[in-house]
Amino acid sequence: MPAPIRLRELIRTIRTARTQAEEREMIQKECAAIRSSFREEDNTYRCRNVAKLLYMHMLGYPAHFGQLECLKLIASQKFTDKRIGYLGAMLLLDERQDVHLLMTNCIKNDLNHSTQYVQGLALCTLGCMGSSEMCRDLAGEVEKLLKTSNSYLRKKAALCAVHVIRKVPELMEMFLPATKNLLSEKNHGVLHTSVVLLTEMCERSPDMLAHFRKLVPQLVRILKNLIMSGYSPEHDVSGISDPFLQVRILRLLRILGKSDDDSSEAMNDILAQVATNTETSKNVGNAILYETVLTIMDIKSESGLRVLAINILGRFLLNNDKNIRYVALTSLLKTVQTDHNAVQRHRSTIVDCLKDLDVSIKRRAMELSFALVNGNNIRGMMKELLYFLDSCDPEFKADCASGVFLAAEKYAPSKRWHIDTIMRVLTTAGSYVRDDSVPNLIQLITNSVEMHAYTVQRLYKALLDDISQQPLVQVASWCIGEYGDLLVSGQCEEEEPIQVTEDEVLDVLEGLLVSNLSAAVTRGYSLTAIMKLSTRFSGVNRIKKVVSIYGSSIDVELQQRAVEYNALFKKYDHMRPALLERMPIMEKSASNGPTEIVQTNGETEPSVVDSKHPPPVSQPANQANDLLDLLGGNDVVPVIQTTVPTKPASAGGELLDLLGDLSLSGVPTPAPSVATSQPSFLLDGLSSQPLFNDIAAAAIPPMTAYNKNGLKIDFTFERANPNPNVAVITIHASNSTEADMTDFVFQAAVPKTFQLQLLSPSSNVVPALNQGTVTQVIRVLNPQKQQLRMRIKLTYTLKGSPVQDLAEVNNFPPQSWQ
Amino acid sequence: MMRFLLLFSRQGKLRLQKWFTPLTDREKKKVIRDVMALVLARPPRSCNFLHWRDIKVVYKRYASLYFCTGLEDQDNELLTLEVLHRYVELLDKYFGNVCELDIIFNFEKAYYILDEFLMGGEVLETSKVAVSVSMENADTLQETMEEYMNRPAF
Repeated sequence: MPAPIRLRELIRTIRTARTQAEEREMIQKECAAIRSSFREEDNTYRCRNVAKLLYMHMLGYPAHFGQLECLKLIASQKFTDKRIGYLGAMLLLDERQDVHLLMTNCIKNDLNHSTQYVQGLALCTLGCMGSSEMCRDLAGEVEKLLKTSNSYLRKKAALCAVHVIRKVPELMEMFLPATKNLLSEKNHGVLHTSVVLLTEMCERSPDMLAHFRKLVPQLVRILKNLIMSGYSPEHDVSGISDPFLQVRILRLLRILGKSDDDSSEAMNDILAQVATNTETSKNVGNAILYETVLTIMDIKSESGLRVLAINILGRFLLNNDKNIRYVALTSLLKTVQTDHNAVQRHRSTIVDCLKDLDVSIKRRAMELSFALVNGNNIRGMMKELLYFLDSCDPEFKADCASGVFLAAEKYAPSKRWHIDTIMRVLTTAGSYVRDDSVPNLIQLITNSVEMHAYTVQRLYKALLDDISQQPLVQVASWCIGEYGDLLVSGQCEEEEPIQVTEDEVLDVLEGLLVSNLSAAVTRGYSLTAIMKLSTRFSGVNRIKKVVSIYGSSIDVELQQRAVEYNALFKKYDHMRPALLERMPIMEKSASNGPTEIVQTNGETEPSVVDSKHPPPVSQPANQANDLLDLLGGNDVVPVIQTTVPTKPASAGGELLDLLGDLSLSGVPTPAPSVATSQPSFLLDGLSSQPLFNDIAAAAIPPMTAYNKNGLKIDFTFERANPNPNVAVITIHASNSTEADMTDFVFQAAVPKTFQLQLLSPSSNVVPALNQGTVTQVIRVLNPQKQQLRMRIKLTYTLKGSPVQDLAEVNNFPPQSWQ
Repeated sequence: MMRFLLLFSRQGKLRLQKWFTPLTDREKKKVIRDVMALVLARPPRSCNFLHWRDIKVVYKRYASLYFCTGLEDQDNELLTLEVLHRYVELLDKYFGNVCELDIIFNFEKAYYILDEFLMGGEVLETSKVAVSVSMENADTLQETMEEYMNRPAF
């Protein structure tokens, strides 16, 4: 068998390949040769073959068949073999490979080898990629080498110990004795790696941290020597002595001084010295200054020192070197929370960085600018940020837009400014805004009552210019639907009112419906807006025509809406004005993130919506369970009583979700949090409309559910328009006995296919002799249209003695559930 | 600590890869692909730092080679530029006016020098002289054994 070709030959040959295919062919040929050579167990050329294999591995070709060969090389006595073998192990044998552990014994032997370079190889391999098991097995050897006087081995052992601790933190304790006099070494390599080891230990264990605090004076002394000592050719970098060591010591001091007054006190002087004396003309000096600043900001330094640190960062911001500007912005971002005022002083420089050409710097500057916005500088800052939004790359637009919205929400000096700002964002970066910005903006507009005319005018004008930005179009159509009457009447005070006719407005909205640029959601908005205008504009026929056309639209959502609006025109025309009237003011109960919108009007109290947990329930809960036990069936569902006007319990929540699909009020369905709360408004609104109640109630006859012992309970029905699956039952309890019935509690249970919600009763006392009634509202959801059945339980106290009764109600009129 | 150190050419050819955390081959390939794409796309006079996943990537171009490393949150980026520069200086001292071809044909030596300078993602030796001396001695050890065995080095 001829000698395998040399490594350099192979590399030369492969580099002559002109195509990928040619290269692949050469490599396959060579791999085959190497494989047969391995099979022949050729000791002489093994290292040559493995070296070639490593080269091919670097090109991206598989080399796993060489793993065992690496092990054989490591076990060899020749230094050349070991060197290549360990290199191969580090490249091919990471801890996920099965054969990884086979190295352990070899490494153990080599750690005790007579030649320090062999020991060094073993330490290096262990320290770069030793697995946890290997580290456990060999930690003792490493610890021994940590105490040797040979500085070449000691520094390697220190970093190897760092790796062991990272892999197996429990072994940290065993290295503690060896660290005793690490810092008294003169050798910089050992010093540096010792500081790294100490840093690792202090970061992982508060006990170690406390233990090593006593080293602060020693560290300070070493640092001082480095700074004050003269030129040392061995460690000099551009006039600074061993910057690597200086930075590591500063980092360790940072950890030791954090939240400890005494240690921080002890380092104040040296930090001030480093901060003022370091040469800043080269990158090295700035690297040390950077670390110093980070340390000053983290420990309990005196205020003068902190000011010095921030000023250094300010100087960095003006530096020509981009890297230093970047680093300054990053550090300022970290400190802006704690030292806000100091950072504010550099605001103008930071804002200038927004115009930098470098992408990384722009991003940091943007984040920092948003952190610096406050009530005082909002106008100026927003101008700069909006200008940035106009001109920045698309990758920034989404974040910038969100940031602008948040800042505007927190610090808007006036409503008009707020609306103007949001409009500016929507027109310049409309396609990049987050989904929930549309409902947020709508809510904001609704609340700024005096700005309605101005807002709708501006939005209309924006629509005339450009209908491609969906969020803008959605908000605009919603507004035109709501405030179209203000638009045509030309009532705007804030700016010159424009003359626009009803037909022109309808042209625009119909244009949105047919345009290819409009998303499905947008089309839904515009159809609803057109519908709303039927009560605000005089020309209804055109709207009726549009609505009926879309009754046969392919888009199911549009079709459903159109059909229902059509029904409004035909069968429920009397209800149309009430349904389509102006939206009331919505109050936000939480800002940022999903908005919980709660409707407030005179009657109901505002409450925080918590859709995850049912509202606090008092004793009815266990009584409901009793009910279930008594009824003993699997086919009944207990009812949780709720108090008005809190959000209904989960049963009711699902109830309302069904209603949420239909947004007669024009609120968009995609925003889930809005959808769940809007319907409650819808339902509340509807049930408080006397017109609606009378008409619907007449459709279903009332019935007597229970009549015993002087207690009579009547049911009256309403249908919750437009969802025919929900029946709203009002019970009227009357008492014909001579004494009042006190502590009156009414409970109900329905079969499993139904869902039931009980609202609060009007009172707990049913007055005697039919002088008054207690009413309570029940809502029943009956999606499967099954026959309505109910079991009721009544408890009350009559003349001092408690009375309890159960009854079944089966005589529901068919109209109540069909 | 450094998570990895990569050397690659402007054409996207990898010349050296050193990993300080255990990753599968697939993961390594992905990191190489992503980081290379990010770095090679940078315009000439940009800042040497960028953010990728949870890692700070520091890179510097020397002639036709990019030296690129991934840092953790606490690491000092400016100092890492010095670390990369020191490595280039060590290569330069060893090979005498180092160029990309030297690293291609003597990649194992490049790794050996790296292993005398860094270990486990941290700087091992801060003195240029000490690293050069170790390399010389180790090479002597190698040649001595080769001479003894009367065989050519690979």
